[in-house]
Amino acid sequence: MTAHRDRPPLPGPEPTGSRPTRPDDPPTPLSPIVTDVPAPSPRIPAAPPAPHRPLLDMTIDGRPVAVPAGSTILEACRAEGIDIPTLCQVEALEPAGVCRLCVVDTGGRALTPSCSTPVTEGMDVRTGSERVRHARRLILELIGSAVRMDLAGPELPDGSVAAWMAEYGADPTRFGPPAPPAGPDERDDRHAGHHRAPDGAVAETMAQPVKVDNDYYVRDYSRCILCYKCVDACGAEAQNTFAISVAGRGFDARISTEGNVPLPTSACVYCGNCIAVCPTGALMTRTEFEMREAGTWDAAAQTTTETICGYCGVGCTLSLTVQDERIVRVLSPLGHDITRGNLCVKGRFGYAFVQSRPTDAGEARTG
Amino acid sequence: MDLHIVAPLASPEERAAIDAVLTPLIGAPASGRAAGERPYEEAHLAHGGHEARSRRDLLLPALHAVQDRIGWVSEPAIGYICRRLTIPPADAHGVASFYALLSTRPLPPTAVHVCDDMACRLAGSERICADLQRALGPEGEPVDEGGATWFRSPCLGRCEQAPAALLTVAGDPARRTGGGPVSGPAILDLLRDGSGARPLGMDDAVDTDGGTSPTEARLARIRRSVPQAGRTGLRLLRRIGTIDPTSLEDFVAAGGYSALRSSIEMGPGAVIDAIVAAGPVGRGGAAFPTGRKWAAVAAAVARPKYVVCDADEAEPGTFKDRALLEEDPFAIVEAMTIAGFATGAERGFIYIRGEYPLGEARMANAIASARSAGFLGADVMGAGLAFDIEVRRGGGAYICGEETALFASIEGYRGEPRNKPPFPVERGLFGGPTVINNVETLANVPWIVLEGSDAYASRGTPGSTGDKLFSVSGHVARPGIYETEFGPTLGEIIDLAGGVRGGRRLRAVLLGGAAGVFVGPDALDMPLTYEHAAEAGATLGAGAIVVLDETADLLDLAARIARFFRDESCGQCIPCRIGTVRQEELLARIRSGRTRGSVQDELALLADLGRAMRDASICGLGRTANEAIASALRLPGVLA
Ligand SMILES: Cc1cc2nc3c(=O)[nH]c(=O)nc-3n(C[C@H](O)[C@H](O)[C@H](O)COP(=O)(O)O)c2cc1C
Ligand code: SF4
Ligand code: SF4
Ligand code: SF4
Ligand code: FES
Ligand code: FES
Repeated sequence: MTAHRDRPPLPGPEPTGSRPTRPDDPPTPLSPIVTDVPAPSPRIPAAPPAPHRPLLDMTIDGRPVAVPAGSTILEACRAEGIDIPTLCQVEALEPAGVCRLCVVDTGGRALTPSCSTPVTEGMDVRTGSERVRHARRLILELIGSAVRMDLAGPELPDGSVAAWMAEYGADPTRFGPPAPPAGPDERDDRHAGHHRAPDGAVAETMAQPVKVDNDYYVRDYSRCILCYKCVDACGAEAQNTFAISVAGRGFDARISTEGNVPLPTSACVYCGNCIAVCPTGALMTRTEFEMREAGTWDAAAQTTTETICGYCGVGCTLSLTVQDERIVRVLSPLGHDITRGNLCVKGRFGYAFVQSRPTDAGEARTG
Repeated sequence: MDLHIVAPLASPEERAAIDAVLTPLIGAPASGRAAGERPYEEAHLAHGGHEARSRRDLLLPALHAVQDRIGWVSEPAIGYICRRLTIPPADAHGVASFYALLSTRPLPPTAVHVCDDMACRLAGSERICADLQRALGPEGEPVDEGGATWFRSPCLGRCEQAPAALLTVAGDPARRTGGGPVSGPAILDLLRDGSGARPLGMDDAVDTDGGTSPTEARLARIRRSVPQAGRTGLRLLRRIGTIDPTSLEDFVAAGGYSALRSSIEMGPGAVIDAIVAAGPVGRGGAAFPTGRKWAAVAAAVARPKYVVCDADEAEPGTFKDRALLEEDPFAIVEAMTIAGFATGAERGFIYIRGEYPLGEARMANAIASARSAGFLGADVMGAGLAFDIEVRRGGGAYICGEETALFASIEGYRGEPRNKPPFPVERGLFGGPTVINNVETLANVPWIVLEGSDAYASRGTPGSTGDKLFSVSGHVARPGIYETEFGPTLGEIIDLAGGVRGGRRLRAVLLGGAAGVFVGPDALDMPLTYEHAAEAGATLGAGAIVVLDETADLLDLAARIARFFRDESCGQCIPCRIGTVRQEELLARIRSGRTRGSVQDELALLADLGRAMRDASICGLGRTANEAIASALRLPGVLA
């Protein structure tokens, strides 16, 4: 539950086809009221008109631009085709503003996180100054020195961490060789405000054993960047289950269930919404995890098929990842107006029947 | 929200401790069968009513209640709190595990927290730690399930008593007391004695005979912390040691509440005008003009508004607020009431660090006495003004002194700062417009109201008006809290504290604490004003002055500061969460001589880190976490 983070409210996704309006735009004509007998086929009510959003004048990298009020700096920059790397920002969730990779220079004493800062009239934004590039380089070096980032990126909409590392000249090995991994649950037991003094020979990391405690998904917190996405998705922003939270403090902060109990004992309902928003592969379905371990996960051989979930009347869009004619993962489009990438346990994991084949003996066989 | 609680049932003792805090505020737990629910012992049902659901701010007080009673906070106890307040247990676990003074692992009832921060290091705290380790086992791990354990602690805010310690003995009532100077054998004797009655150090000793009445003997003891106590000409410290801090009558007789009376006569606008004209800036470290803050909240249309007093005082080397809380608590109550009157806020909170049990008790007593005498409540002084104050205890987290983290902590969330803007004057506590001021800042308010802004502004310099409290510690003859008009030089303040101890040569001074900078003897002529410090690339911070003579090991102190920031980072943002770890590792390499590349390479890496932390961290902790360390390494002779 992150209600206290209370960042300035940001506009939701634009209904398709809408555009910001200027005050002098003609009003949208109203559709005529139908007084006939209602048509037999149910009509989906039209979306309410887009809120009126006046344009603000600002400057991005010296270029004057007009940006709809309420946009974030990040949205304004992306609309201008300027790429800004982000780690803790995911479509469909409120920005957390914590990774700081997206910082830009607005002339203040410190840099500004573009993902969570609304534009203001007259703002002068610099996205690629030496100061900005230095901060981004160090952030990439720091996160790369502490967290396994090899799965972070390729599936992000906007580039890969490896490409950013190259672009910013980041060298995560500058801080020394990695320390040996922590033991099982060792990080979960740490007491806030206390830690063992380092000798500096090795760099402390998040490395720890993967938590495999249920049939649906695994938690590899060696890959966790503490972006709060899973917590927000599980809590107030989507699922309302609140099974996980950030626990501990400082470098010992970690995502945890209540009292670090295994997932099957926790409040988790296996909706998998946290998996869908995790940007680093820290949360991964058991199927994907096992295929990767076995070396059979082959992104190049995968196709995606969209369909509608058949379990209930909500009709969530499913996006099936298929490899070798078998479903290996179920996602839902993050940009969808209604479901925003969320599913329930049935839609997310209840696909075994699809690939069950009658055996010679005539019984159904899953696998 | 589906509340799903899996922990086993809390013990009757845990429940009693929790109910003792919650029942007066949200009513008794639903009584089971009568309400159509099974009794607690039989079922895991969540049954918080609406009042409970909206009282997440009671989470931290309830966690403290369990820690106080049992010595640690079990998952069943957290489960019971969650059931009563309708909070997801994972969230509550996240909050409990955030605070150093709460333990989610089993601990014996007694814990000694030994300060091993700067002033205490200089006074031999490592020897105490070694003694305790030998007798009690490693930190936090009692030998043979013994009845006591010990922890290292960051600065306990008693640097003038160094080496200091905080003792916590769980029970009903719990005993929490801090003091110094302590020694390993004395602590072990006290633990063996078991009666828990023996004083730990100076703090307890202040009151031994004659209670809190202002006797000469008591004044003499107070002078060991506040050497100027009882002198004339003081503004902020004028009542320290000369009145009974538990007596409202004494306070009123010594001029208390005349400022509130004048404020009510002047009206809110005139009070704010006076503060603006007097020009004080915040004494909590950020030096923001207080009048502007108050004016912004007065002008805000959103309701309700709040007044918050930041008494978290956890900046290493800073202990001045402690004296005000312990010895002149009614002055803070009065000043907060004036702030409420001037800005239109009806509720105040004072957030006191958990390491200040005496200050907390004195404040709670002052608030209760003021309330029963009509100085707080629905009709303050019969003037139709409504204002009341609640005390909140911190849990051992430096970051909770940062204003937005402090709000989150009061609200029952993890003490994580948020991005600003919006600033507290717009969206502060519970999202309402909020005046947040440091204890010392508030102590200036009655003075401004009574003597007028001209008189106030005539003291100090145009950029730094009024008086300032300095916490002087380390290698000086008379460490303590000193009040001066702004203007004297650093050297003059050190002389006020008796000069460098034992006639030794001055090596360096840490100005502003861990978030400050080290300066060399060449800075002795610098006037201690905000403008002169800024000009010299230094900072006053909250007025900490740690004096170091030629025997001080600056690398050791820099390493302690690095450890402090590594422990105290809230962990939200990458530059600070990981940067503070890398900084500490780097210093360990410099100290051991096993650098990666040359020392110059390490310094370049440290500078790279510092720049990114300063530029990209969310809050002041990460932004300043490199300054003191980098400045220590720049002092001549530190890197051989
Ligand atoms: C890491 C950190 C710790 C802080 N700790 C304290 C503190 O213990 N007490 C305090 O008054 N201000 C502290 N502050 C400053 C507060 O955020 C805030 O500026 C201050 O309470 C405002 O009051 P003032 O204007 O009266 O100084 C801290 C700031 C930071 C960044
Ligand atoms: S699977 Fe669903 S319920 Fe379980 S932790 Fe993830 S978001 Fe929460
Ligand atoms: S597990 Fe994934 S989504 Fe959750 S905080 Fe870590 S990186 Fe982010
Ligand atoms: S700078 Fe440090 S303390 Fe401040 S928000 Fe970031 S991690 Fe937390
Ligand atoms: S993407 Fe903006 S702070 Fe992480
Ligand atoms: S009390 Fe030990 S350094 Fe402040």
